[in-house]
Amino acid sequence: MSSHGLHLKTYCMLLIMVVFAPLGNVLLGKGMKNVGSAVTWAPSRLPHIISLVFTSGYIWLGVASLLTFFVAYMLILSWADFSYVQPASSIALLVVALLGYFYLGERISPLHWAGIIVICLGVFVVGNTPPRTTEVR
Amino acid sequence: MREALLLFFVVVSGTGGEICVTRAMKRVGEVTNFRPLAIVRVILRALKVPWMWIGVAMMALAFFSLLAVLSIENVSFVVPVTALNYAAGALGGKFFLGERVTPRRWTGVLIVCIGVTLVWLGKR
Repeated sequence: MSSHGLHLKTYCMLLIMVVFAPLGNVLLGKGMKNVGSAVTWAPSRLPHIISLVFTSGYIWLGVASLLTFFVAYMLILSWADFSYVQPASSIALLVVALLGYFYLGERISPLHWAGIIVICLGVFVVGNTPPRTTEVR
Repeated sequence: MREALLLFFVVVSGTGGEICVTRAMKRVGEVTNFRPLAIVRVILRALKVPWMWIGVAMMALAFFSLLAVLSIENVSFVVPVTALNYAAGALGGKFFLGERVTPRRWTGVLIVCIGVTLVWLGKR
């Protein structure tokens, strides 16, 4: 494939990754908020809770989003370096916070925002390291 | 308290599962043939390695812990905290898989930990 085509393909996959992973988590969050807080889960109610989880449309949409992310992740890793792809997860963390804030209406304090940005920075630094340090046997 | 325990499961069990799966896949050997039939054969071979089953069980535990903690806390809190996976991954990679973790990677892990502390403090 031409260099231009490869770049386009890579950017499309990265876009799918940074959209669908956060979307999946946000949908799982929305679904679980409808199920009710685990603080009050009694063991006897567990079968009922499990049935609520598996009949929630949001949970299934979330799982489908995460699977979409995973397929894109697998595909991109077949041609791009892990250390090139991995910093995308730092952007995904920021997207989760933005979706939580704007779509779910979650309240995020300035300190919380600062922490999220520091985490993104850390993940970015982690990602820019060589993907394999062990010998292949 | 319950959410801290659940987050611990999300991070430790999730990373533990990935480490077990890595062990299993290293035993299976590098995948070079991506034709569907060859991939099915790789999967069947991977399923014969006990580490794979332990890994999948731990990842399942991590997923259901994630669901449980999401019922208590906001996603904008839970997901950034799960970046602790990188810290657990660096430790696990070093001690269980014999990987060499570069100083730069440790620096990144330290920054992630500082960020998680800020998120935790800024939650309320």
